[in-house]
Amino acid sequence: MYTEKVMEHFKNPRNVGEIPDADGVGTVGNPVCGDLMTIYIKVKDNRLVDIKFKTFGCGSAIATSSMITELAKGKTLEEGLKISRANVADELGGLPPVKMHCSNLAADALHAAIEDYYKKHGKGGDVKK
Amino acid sequence: MSATKRVYLDHAAGRPVEPLAIEAMLPYLKSSCGNPSSLHEIGQQAKRAVEEARSKIAAMINAEKKESIIFTSGATESNNLAIKGVANRKKDRGLRILTSSVEHMSVVNPCKFLTTKGFETVFIPVDKYGFLNLESLQKELTEKTVLVSVIYANAEIGTIEPIKEISKIVHSKNAYLHVDATAACGHFPIDVKNEGIDLLTISSNDLYGPRGVGALYLKEGVRIEPLFHGGGQEKGLRSGTENVAAIVGFGKAAEIAKKELQTESAQLTKLRDRFIDGLLKPIPYSFLNGHPTTRLPDNVSVRYSFIEGESMLLSLDLKGVYASSGSACASKTLEPSHVLLAIGLKHEEAHGSLMFTLGRNNTEEDVDYAASLMPDIVNRLRGMSPLTPKELKT
Repeated sequence: MYTEKVMEHFKNPRNVGEIPDADGVGTVGNPVCGDLMTIYIKVKDNRLVDIKFKTFGCGSAIATSSMITELAKGKTLEEGLKISRANVADELGGLPPVKMHCSNLAADALHAAIEDYYKKHGKGGDVKK
Repeated sequence: MSATKRVYLDHAAGRPVEPLAIEAMLPYLKSSCGNPSSLHEIGQQAKRAVEEARSKIAAMINAEKKESIIFTSGATESNNLAIKGVANRKKDRGLRILTSSVEHMSVVNPCKFLTTKGFETVFIPVDKYGFLNLESLQKELTEKTVLVSVIYANAEIGTIEPIKEISKIVHSKNAYLHVDATAACGHFPIDVKNEGIDLLTISSNDLYGPRGVGALYLKEGVRIEPLFHGGGQEKGLRSGTENVAAIVGFGKAAEIAKKELQTESAQLTKLRDRFIDGLLKPIPYSFLNGHPTTRLPDNVSVRYSFIEGESMLLSLDLKGVYASSGSACASKTLEPSHVLLAIGLKHEEAHGSLMFTLGRNNTEEDVDYAASLMPDIVNRLRGMSPLTPKELKT
């Protein structure tokens, strides 16, 4: 059902955890639907210097969370915003059709975390706290 | 990566065919090509084999005579034949059908389909264990109710319904009682006469017979409309040349099930309870689904809070343990099991369910191995979950 890449990320997920002093936090999904994801980001000089995730969900929810952290780490915020759901699925070698919609929320969670950062710090990165 | 140890605990999804049943089938797959409808000796040999199987299945459920058994292609067809068959035949008397909210989809969907044809279906609620609410049944049962369809024992949560009591209520208004015994038959003694059952669905594979065959028991005098029209086989209720080899295998499996039932169910009950303890005791926030004792001897349905079923299934699969889950994420639909929701679980609780079904070949070693894997699996997934409360964090 899943590609080897999905299973590999499911077995050994990258960047699991929380960042207590995160610069941005994004949560998407709903436990009612069986998927809930939170992405924590740390930003320095407009770059995603650290990123971690916490996910409640199926195999593909965990694998996409792990993948997005790999794809986003080190990227600029603008580049992060450009990472799409399709990019995540492609990097994993594809997802079963039924999972494309429900368990491929990782890109949305990253975007939400970046938006949260913008809200707190402003687009130019000036601290507005 | 494949694990070296392999423990199959998904018998409700598919059972290995009993070797003696395979042996009984072989002549009808290899050389005996007779059609039971043919007058000549080769045809009559096949007919005798089919009738012998019919007797064995009738004996297993204490049917009044073998002619009460109609062979079908399996439990889905039997359920459709029973529900649509009664509804269409009885539509002049009434259009109301009652069923429980914990039925298999092959009961739920025919009942829903009939509502598009002018029938009215009411899904009767169940309590937290999955027992049918008998007061609600009594209330919803009207003179216009032609059929009540209730599952004998729930394949997902194992709970066994009080069929005899249900039958008394149903018959007080002259409705027919159809019972889906797919998961129960062969694992729990069923007596259609004593329990007052009018129609009963039986599956072959669930008794360790071959797939692609099943039966519907019809009490004498119960009239239904067929789904298929053709050559008039099975008293005109199921046209189509009989699947002789499969029917013979089914008959053999039923004979063995009847003979072994008591010993086997005592053994499985012991194994089941050992497994349930092993799965729940070491792990906080873990629960049993369904009733602890009034349950199928082979059913172990549990749930773990804060995590999701499919990720548990995958983790078990990697260690060579094969099970099922009540989560949407492991199914074709996006909704979690309607059975788990009907017993009052929240969506996120239903998503965290795991279902194991034991078979006659499983051992204590099998269930101990499976249970021993769960603490690590649950801890790992809880470690990743944003829902896990602080006190569980390590």
